[in-house]
Order: sequence, then structure tokens, then C-alpha cells
Amino acid sequence: MNLKALFKPKTLAVIGISLTNDRHPANVIYNKNNLRFQAEVFPVNDRGGILQGEPVYPRISDIPKKVDLAVIAVRAEGVPDIMAQCIQAGVGGAVVISGGFAETGRRDLQDLMVSLAREADFPFIGPNCLGIYSPPSMDTFFLPSERMVRPETGTVALVSQSGGILVDHMTKFAEEGVGLSLAVSIGNKAQIRELDMLGYFASDPTTEVIAFYLEGFEHNEGREFVLAAHRCPKPVIVLKSGKSPGGVRAVSSHTASMAGDYEVFSAVLSQHSVVEAKNEFEMVSFCEALSCYNRPIEGRVGIITVSGGHGALAVDTCFTHGLSVPTLSEGAQAEIREGVSPRVRAIASYSNPIDLTGSAVDDDFVAAAKFLSDTDEIDCVLILLLPYTPGITSDLGARLSQICRQEGKPLIAYVPHVEKYRIFIEGFELNRIPVAHSIEGAVHMAEAMRRCKAC
Amino acid sequence: MLKKGIRDILSASKDAGWVLEPEAKRLFSLAGLDVPRFTWATTVEEAVRFTRKISYPIVMKVVSPRIVHKSDTNGVAVGIASDGDAAETFDRFSRMEGFAGVLVEEMISGLELMVGAKIDYQFGPVILLGIGGTGVEIYRDVSLRMAPLRQTDVESMVKGLKAGRLLEGYRGSEPINLSELTRLLVTFSGLVMGLQEFIESIDLNPVICSPNKCVVADARIMLKVS
Repeated sequence: MNLKALFKPKTLAVIGISLTNDRHPANVIYNKNNLRFQAEVFPVNDRGGILQGEPVYPRISDIPKKVDLAVIAVRAEGVPDIMAQCIQAGVGGAVVISGGFAETGRRDLQDLMVSLAREADFPFIGPNCLGIYSPPSMDTFFLPSERMVRPETGTVALVSQSGGILVDHMTKFAEEGVGLSLAVSIGNKAQIRELDMLGYFASDPTTEVIAFYLEGFEHNEGREFVLAAHRCPKPVIVLKSGKSPGGVRAVSSHTASMAGDYEVFSAVLSQHSVVEAKNEFEMVSFCEALSCYNRPIEGRVGIITVSGGHGALAVDTCFTHGLSVPTLSEGAQAEIREGVSPRVRAIASYSNPIDLTGSAVDDDFVAAAKFLSDTDEIDCVLILLLPYTPGITSDLGARLSQICRQEGKPLIAYVPHVEKYRIFIEGFELNRIPVAHSIEGAVHMAEAMRRCKAC
Repeated sequence: MLKKGIRDILSASKDAGWVLEPEAKRLFSLAGLDVPRFTWATTVEEAVRFTRKISYPIVMKVVSPRIVHKSDTNGVAVGIASDGDAAETFDRFSRMEGFAGVLVEEMISGLELMVGAKIDYQFGPVILLGIGGTGVEIYRDVSLRMAPLRQTDVESMVKGLKAGRLLEGYRGSEPINLSELTRLLVTFSGLVMGLQEFIESIDLNPVICSPNKCVVADARIMLKVS
């Protein structure tokens, strides 16, 4: 199956356009693509007519150009016939937005669609999904653009069974400055499933991190998925729902009782270096960290702070997440001490966390970060930057970023996320240094790098 | 490909839905795992005659297709040290539901681990290693991996146990033979790959590990309901 036509189409047909209801999903999709995306879009409705001065094509075969992707938004009963027409007309693939299939008991309709598609080697996403968000080419989400929060273009691909979770994560990505390459809601995943998406993104040059929200796998499908993820050279992150056992089943063996569905899921993912996010916060942090760094770490963290309390909380959090905060050697401590300004030299502490105190200036951060970037005693730097300390300037984020990019050691920053401090945050983020909005979030980022052996 | 002997045991156990312990042990022995020397005795005389080969103290367990959890019904007796004790125990077991004989076997000592397998709907065969004995579900100290296992998987499974240090020798006790444990787990996981069409789950509990060897001291194979 060639999925390229699905994700990077040059021409798009939206089937099921209404001439009377502007808020029909097909119309929303047509409008946003017509006005704001690069793919050329054609409206289709079996009654024909004119929409906003453009001809509405009665059948897909009436469209004068070869159509790469058909977005199907007609009633469920009509979908198999439309799909047959698309196949007949040589369309490259389809997104079936319509619901009313397996999720409402009409598995027969869904199976019919799958068998048509399989016979013709015709790829389709859905049904019962939002489809594909692939800027600048196109967007099949039936959500008005002005209602969506759109993340920047970046390197994380998001795949979700649930459209709602997908859009929510896009909002969080935008908020946290995580860049998105492509987002796909696969809905009932009748034909194209997680495994197909993994295969596509593994070789998609615009994607460096592949993240999934999923509810579960079919028979033995999880096995194929983890084996493929293990072979994939890019980090794979999974957030799963449905972890709580659905009722107590009578089991007659200790193994069956102790190896519950979720216990197995979690253990097998980690065995194959798939990074499991336990919740949505971890999901966003992991995506951000792994989109910035593609080398695994052991997890020996060096911490720079101006507040003893922040340092202590960070140490505790590292400890509970399987990371260590090794005490720096005497020699290392002396060297850092030598590098900082005379004002803080006597009052700072150097053992790790390095507490530069509220008197620190930019150069003190730079000296400490330079040293930590260079030493083998730690393999990840955590900077807890509190912009209200009087001695630092708005250049600090960018300056620190340059140091770590130079040395190649991962740096993670914590900066309180309020509008006033955005210049610090952007100083890091625009230089591809991940910034967390909490200490715990920063530690999650380090943990992602430790757990991702494949990255 | 499964050995013929193994396939025969599975098909003979189909109706019961699980494999009786003596047959399960024969199966694992055929697959290359260590089991205690044992016999399946149907008379007191047979039982006593076998003790001459393995010498006291011995272990006796009831064999019954109706009793899956033997220790819950007092169907296990350890440390039996005389012909008289053996005869008395045999007599007691013979009155149990579905009595089909007595398993007589040598007593093994060492650290009790548990090894298990389950055919998971999403991931297929998975292997469990844990701290064994009757308290397994209280401690729930287990590591899980998808089969087949490699040597490195076994190392990380041991590391993943909270009580993993017990295996390395703790406060004067000798370490268990880790290469034998690895051999057992790798062989077992290979066997489970071959058995996946037939089984639902397997408990080897306990597997008794010493500095010399790892022995499957009890085994239960639950078959797939067809």
C-alpha cells in the first residue's frame, strides 16, 4: 500500500458537500482546504450545483484532474458505493469521516468497505475519525480552523484512535512549543492501523518521533507492533487508556492472575524500548524531549539552580523516576567555583545541585553549564531558571542553549510558564532546547531519554 | 516442532482441561528441564518401593483431575521420613475427590522462585519470573517479558525483581546458579512458543534454585478451552 497520496496529496476531493448547510462537516473541510491549504480541492455531491462560485461535481469521476485523496463524509450506508467509485476513478486513497459502522453495530458495512479496499489495494483511514492534519498540504478535520490551536511545524507525528485526544494534544503541543509533523486520527482503524502508521512514519523524512494514543490491540497485533517499534530507528511513545481491568475474571493460575492485560502491555513495551507515557503530561513532555534529543542517556543528572528548594525538589523527583544526581568530584567542584563571579563564589554550593543563589548573573550560569556540558560525571543538564532573580538578563535562555548545542549534551530547562517570561522560554525553545513548565515535567523529559534505548 | 511425547500428553489431557502434575513434569523433562526424581504411584507398595530409590525424606502429592490447587486441600505433604508416614499419607490422599494416585518425589531445597507463561491476547506468549512459593500473589514480585527470551532478557528480569538480591546470595546464603536459571527460562520460553496453540497458562511454582541447579518442583499446565 502506498500511503504517500494519503498524507501528502496534491489534489483533494471532499465528498458529501451540502449546498444548504454551511456547517456540514464536508463544507467545513472544503472551506478550510480551499482557503488555507496547498492541495487543490474539489467539492462533490451527487446532485451537483455551484458552491461559492465553484462547480460541485456530481461524481468523483467528473473531476477533471487525478484525485490523490478523497475525503468521504456521506451517510454510512452510502460509503461503500462511494468508495467503489473512488477506486474506479483511480483515486489514491480515502479518509472516511462518517460514523455509523462497527461502533454502532454495523460491522457488516465496515467489512464490506474493507474488502473492497483490500481487493483494490486502496488505502483508507477511518471510518469514524477526524482523519489527517498535514500542513501545509491539507487538513481533513471537520473543525473550523479558528477553533483549533495549531502547533508549529516540527518533527513529532501523532497518531490517535480518538480524535478528541488528538486535538487536545495538538493544543498542548502548541502551548508547550512542541512541533508537529503530522497528526492522524485513525478512528475505527478498519484498514490502516497503528502498525501501518508506524511503518509510514519510520521512513517519513519529516518525522523524528512517533507518538501514539491507543486503547488496545487486536489478537497478536501488539506483538507485531513492539517488534516493529524495536526495529524503528526513531523513538516511539505510547499513551494507553483502558488500564484498569474491566471486571474480575476467574483465573485458575497464578501467572494469569499476576500477568494482567495492562501489566503485560507495560512490561512488553519497555522490553522493546517503546517509551510508555503514563498520562497526558508525560506524553507531552516525552514528545518534547525526544524531538530535541535523539541519544539515550544513563540518567546521571547535573542540576543548576538559584534556589535550594528547587534543587531539593528536583533531586527528589529524579530519584523517584530512576535518575541519579551524583555528587560532583572535589576537582569538579573547585573548577566550577573558580569559574563563577566573585560575588557568588563564597555563597554558592557546588556539590550537585549547583546552587548559584539569587545573586547569580548570566555568566555564572554560563560557567556552570559549560562545565557540566563538558564533564563525564553527569550525562544530562537540568537548569531551573527563575527569571525573577535580579541578576539575569533575557539573553540567558539563548546563551545557555548555544553552550549545550555546542557540546552535544542534553540540556533541559524549567522556566515558569507565564507570558512575561516568554523571551526566556523562546530563547531555549527556538534553539531546540526543551523547556518544562514544572520541575516534574523537566524530570520527565530526562526520564524519556533514559527509557528510550532506541533513540 | 513439538516432540511426539509432548503432543501425546497434551491430547490425553484435553478433556480434563489441564495437565496433571506427573504428566506435566514428564512433559518438561522431555523438553529438557530439570524435575525432581518422581513416580506416579497408585498403590502404597509402589510408593514405598520408590522411596528406596530416592531415600527419605520425600514429598507426596495427591494426583486428582478434580484438584487443581493441591495445597489448598492439604494435598501436599513434605518431609515424610518413614514407611509408616508414607502409608498414612497415601491413605489420607486416597479418600480425596477424584483420587488418581500419589506423586512421590525427592525433596529439593533451595530458593523458591516461580516461572510462568501466559498466552496474552495482544502479545502472544509472555513469560513471568517471580519470587515463588505459596505467597506469590501476596508479594506479587514479578517480571514479565514477551517470549521468546534471550539471555539479556533474563538478566533484566532478575534485575527487575524487588527481591532480586536474594538470587545473588544474601547474608551468608549462596547465590543461585544464574546460568542454570537462564537456561531454564530460555528453554521454557522456546517450549511455550511451540505450545501456544494448546495452552492458556503455565505455573511452575516453585522452581527450586540452588548453587547447582534449578528444578521444577511443581507444574501446572492449563489448556486452552476449545
